[in-house]
Amino acid sequence: MIEWLDTVIQGVLLGGLYALFAIGLSVTYGVMRLVNIAHGDFIILAAYLALPLVGGLAWNPFAVIPAVAIVMFALGYTLQRTLLNRTLGPDILPPLLVTFGFSIVIQNGLREAFSSDSRSLPLGALETASLSLGDTIAVGWFPLIAFLVAVALVFALSFVLSRTNTGIALRATADDPATAALTGIRSAHVYGLAMAMSFTLVAVGGVFSGIRTTFTPESGPLSLLYSFEAVVIGGLGSLWGTFAGAVILGVAQAIGAKFDAGFGILTGHLVFLAVLLIRPNGLFAKTR
Amino acid sequence: MSHRSDLRSPVAPAAPAVRYEVATRAGRITAGAAVVACLALVALPLWGDAADARFVIEVICYIVLAQMWNLLAGYGGLVSIGQQGFVGLGAYAILVFAQHWGLNPFWSIPISGIVVALCAVPIAKLVMRLRGGYFAVGTWVVAEVMRISFSNLSVLGGGSGQSLTVMTQIERATRENVTYWIACALLIATIGGMYALLRSRFGLALMAVRDSEAAAESQGIDVTAMKFRVFVLAALGCGLVGALYYLSVLRVAPNASFDLNWVVVAIFIVVIGGIGTMEGPIVGAAVFFLLRWLLADYGSVYWIAMGVVAIAVMVLFPKGLWGMVRGRTGIDLFPLQMRLAVEAEPIAPRPAGDSLASSIRRESMPSAPFTASRSSGADS
Repeated sequence: MIEWLDTVIQGVLLGGLYALFAIGLSVTYGVMRLVNIAHGDFIILAAYLALPLVGGLAWNPFAVIPAVAIVMFALGYTLQRTLLNRTLGPDILPPLLVTFGFSIVIQNGLREAFSSDSRSLPLGALETASLSLGDTIAVGWFPLIAFLVAVALVFALSFVLSRTNTGIALRATADDPATAALTGIRSAHVYGLAMAMSFTLVAVGGVFSGIRTTFTPESGPLSLLYSFEAVVIGGLGSLWGTFAGAVILGVAQAIGAKFDAGFGILTGHLVFLAVLLIRPNGLFAKTR
Repeated sequence: MSHRSDLRSPVAPAAPAVRYEVATRAGRITAGAAVVACLALVALPLWGDAADARFVIEVICYIVLAQMWNLLAGYGGLVSIGQQGFVGLGAYAILVFAQHWGLNPFWSIPISGIVVALCAVPIAKLVMRLRGGYFAVGTWVVAEVMRISFSNLSVLGGGSGQSLTVMTQIERATRENVTYWIACALLIATIGGMYALLRSRFGLALMAVRDSEAAAESQGIDVTAMKFRVFVLAALGCGLVGALYYLSVLRVAPNASFDLNWVVVAIFIVVIGGIGTMEGPIVGAAVFFLLRWLLADYGSVYWIAMGVVAIAVMVLFPKGLWGMVRGRTGIDLFPLQMRLAVEAEPIAPRPAGDSLASSIRRESMPSAPFTASRSSGADS
């Protein structure tokens, strides 16, 4: 019994990491109906950006996060303004296919630059340090930090979206870009900011993910699938719904992996399909 | 309007012969070229070697996959990133039918295709609950579930897969030639079938859905049912490709059969060639294999180049290379438009007083064919 509690706790903490991935995806979808197929590859790209600083210059991975976040923020804004804005319109195909192209370019670019060897971002002693809760349950410090950072970032994001001018502009554009434009909101810039925010979350998630597990240039698609599953399980249009979806996914994977190491990912996929079957709008959908 | 009818003589001239034609000169040339190409293709075993045949089978597989993806995304508006799931299912279906159950391997190909199409029915019901980009990733998840599930089926070889050893019982030349001809038949059936499909009532409805879902729905087209049929049909094509391809390479393994690259290549081919056209996938396949041949020695750089080309085409020419050619020249190799053809000549022997009326009539009905609905020609 206590063993299962341990599994669930590990799953919840893993879900925090997935929430960072997933919220980036749901922000871009919410604001401009853009599903970024390269989302997972950008997560892995962030981990590779941290690699030379952590591996080569031996910085602490946590100290690298701000630098990676700034680079990813700029990259997200630039890509949106130069390429992706041109593809937005009633037809959903162009943005999907352009981001799909990004995915292929990033994967193969990383393979060319870093080879297909699996890498990781070493954290030193903290990697294995744990906090004992009672006699049998121990919670790793690192997964706990990752979870708390995720919670803090979701709070920060929901504050930005509800209280700041930028957030109001984002939500107005999401609701009706034409009317928002009448009030002087530049949608091209707002879309750039939305993508930049998504990329910032991706940067944090990418570095955490690189500390937690090893990664290769091919790891991106799996991260995309997790992000996407969390968003659909949680239901569109709700930040905390997505967070809950990510936690459910993390728990499902942890429980699956307990039966057999190979079944973790499969169990996550199956829970996603079950939710799709029973509650196609997600468990915590705000809209509809 | 009334002025014009005043000019008519009491004895109305015979209504000009009205007919509808679809054929164009480019279309006739295509038909001729297609017959020649088919003959050359079918006769390949006479003039080429086994390596040529294997290459052509691969090209055919990609053209068929691309046509299927084009049918889904270009006509049905269903952007799928999970077609490799159906390719893999086809591969495993042929493994089960030919290797495990001992059915005739060649007949197992169509059977596999049908079984895959049947599997697609519940899958369609499930993934079609998602829209747009979410549908895309949803199909991908389904394909992943299949890959992991087959990796864990030890009866079918688990993660390392199994070989189709039954094929060694068939003499090599027979095996290779029959597989090759089945591939040719699949190509001809796909292109011919797609063309016939698009010319049919179903195709007309499908193109209406492609152009505007809302407008199509308002004309009484059941858009959801159309999409469902398109999804199952595309699964049939992908299943046939999986069965055929793995019958020719003789080894089925989960990571290769359910490889994302199947759909990646299909998407590239369609996007570069021109989405939502019959010609696009063929043009795209030519460009794809040309690029592959040019950049064969460069590994990842080749894929980066493909990605960049696809992004550039999507941003600069969203209708693809063929869309650009057609926009400039108006050529339709597979003409689908129904055009009204009116024969204005000869109007020769007439009563003298009728000359004015007939000349007006001649002006109002140009002899060059023009696009028109059925009703506009019928009121005279």
